[in-house]
Amino acid sequence: MSAPTTAATEQNPLRAAIRPREQPRRPGPVANALTFGWRALLKIKHVPEQLFDVTLTPIIFTLMFTYLFGGAIAGDVSTYLQFLLPGILVQTVLLITVYTGFTMNTDITKGVFDRFRSLPVWRPAPIVGALLGDSVRYTIASAITLGLGFAIGFRADGGLVGVVLAVLLLLVFAFAISWIFTALGLVMRSPNAVMGTSMIVLMPLTFASNIFADPATMPGWLRAWVEVNPVSHLVTAVRGLMGGTATFGDVAWVLIAAAVITAVAAPITMRLYRTRS
Amino acid sequence: MSDLAIEAHGLVKHFKTTKAVDGVDLAVPAGTVYGVLGPNGAGKTTTVRMLATLLRPDAGQARVLGHDVVAHAQEVRGLIGLTGQYASVDEDLSGNENLILIARLYGYSRAAARSRAAELLHAFDLDEAAGRQVKTFSGGMRRRIDLAASMVTSPRVLFLDEPTTGLDPRSRNHVWDIVRVLVDDGATVLLTTQYLEEADQLAERIAVIDHGKVIAEGTATQLKASVGTAAVHLRVGDPAQRPTAAQVMAQVLAAEVDLGADTTTLSARVDSARAAATLLPTLLDQGVDVAEVSLGQPSLDEVFLALTGRPAEDDTPTEEVA
Repeated sequence: MSAPTTAATEQNPLRAAIRPREQPRRPGPVANALTFGWRALLKIKHVPEQLFDVTLTPIIFTLMFTYLFGGAIAGDVSTYLQFLLPGILVQTVLLITVYTGFTMNTDITKGVFDRFRSLPVWRPAPIVGALLGDSVRYTIASAITLGLGFAIGFRADGGLVGVVLAVLLLLVFAFAISWIFTALGLVMRSPNAVMGTSMIVLMPLTFASNIFADPATMPGWLRAWVEVNPVSHLVTAVRGLMGGTATFGDVAWVLIAAAVITAVAAPITMRLYRTRS
Repeated sequence: MSDLAIEAHGLVKHFKTTKAVDGVDLAVPAGTVYGVLGPNGAGKTTTVRMLATLLRPDAGQARVLGHDVVAHAQEVRGLIGLTGQYASVDEDLSGNENLILIARLYGYSRAAARSRAAELLHAFDLDEAAGRQVKTFSGGMRRRIDLAASMVTSPRVLFLDEPTTGLDPRSRNHVWDIVRVLVDDGATVLLTTQYLEEADQLAERIAVIDHGKVIAEGTATQLKASVGTAAVHLRVGDPAQRPTAAQVMAQVLAAEVDLGADTTTLSARVDSARAAATLLPTLLDQGVDVAEVSLGQPSLDEVFLALTGRPAEDDTPTEEVA
């Protein structure tokens, strides 16, 4: 092993490495975002523990809610599973979206984000790339939920196409609301604060919805909320696509909601990102 | 006459009610190391963050290689490298992956990014750690991978924010060697530090910054001349002899003598080691029992004391000294 000073006396590798060189052409926004997406995948490779939530949450939720409430809510387990599974799929993926903000805040606290901000890259690239990487996790969680659902008796009358479209619609919506959590990730002081706040936002959105029970059984004030809750609309559309009964209106509502959320939250996130001190 | 690589005029940044940076002017000649010296909380990091486009100044302006850091931030980002505790690499990834990531972001092809990463890992003595997650790196390796990450495109201007804070002397020397090579090769380095010795070792010019203001600027020699080149620290065997020793010191060195907290110590600034050399025989002639004598560089505290009339603080809760 060479002593530290010899690095300076021989100098050749260092000198050669830092010599001015021709700069490559700046890549476009898509290439930048994909590079950050690659980073997210590398992190999954190095820290596979982060997939525990993604794999265990859907298993626990599906089994627990199906067998715990199935008999009581729908009379029998298999009828309830038919109703519940699309909703559980939605809830599972939406709960995982909070990690987007958590990861972003971790990057900020560790100083990685400032390195990225000091690079001449497309400004939204680190965030868009992180969201792209997250969609891999959403897909894994969806596959596990669906696989388990089919194994315990769920039947999708919408066929494979219906199921794939349902998952895609869910990913679009998850991508949109992730912008809200990235904004929180930029504002809050610690990763855990982001986690806590995001859960407070998500609980009423997922539980006070039509995921677990028919809103017709709910008191008027709650039903009023459930009916405007975008998550309910998403669940209706996902259920419809999987069951082969989706209307154009159901799906369009979700796509418009996703577009509106992105149009509002993405610029706020980007502004926070640019001006963050 | 040389071109300025970095220039700042009246930079101001407030955080809530505190003025973190309160009108900083800097002029850094191209191809030199410029030291920004000051205690924690003096505004060094905030200044660097503004120059590196991470923070928007509230007032004033700055240019890097002629580009305004606000109006042409993206051009500036293409020309600089930044290393600091807040501009780090991804701990979860390996050293190699971090460098490839950055090279890809700059537009290197997959193959070019891979060979550039290998070249840098070798240059920064990190070959063996290439495949390891950065979180397993030692402090010195960590700082070297941070430096390597800032040099992917061989930028001509580098901001090194406290590059050696927390490093052991050996790793510190290694970082110093790297900085010397960089500047030897024509790059411009703006370096912040809390250590006068570091600024002295590396920087051609030094700005001393305190409470968000530049309170002194010049070459290391000029700066130290204003403080006295060195300080003599003396310990006498018997506390009763301290007054005699103080008298001798004051006479021989023609300097003010500081009495230490310990009843046997005293110190004084000297302009040259020669003056200090004559002190010892005189003390012995006077029958003073000298237990210990040392000659040292003025510390940052002493520089501050000389420049501001008060010791350097670790934080800045007090009001501005006019």
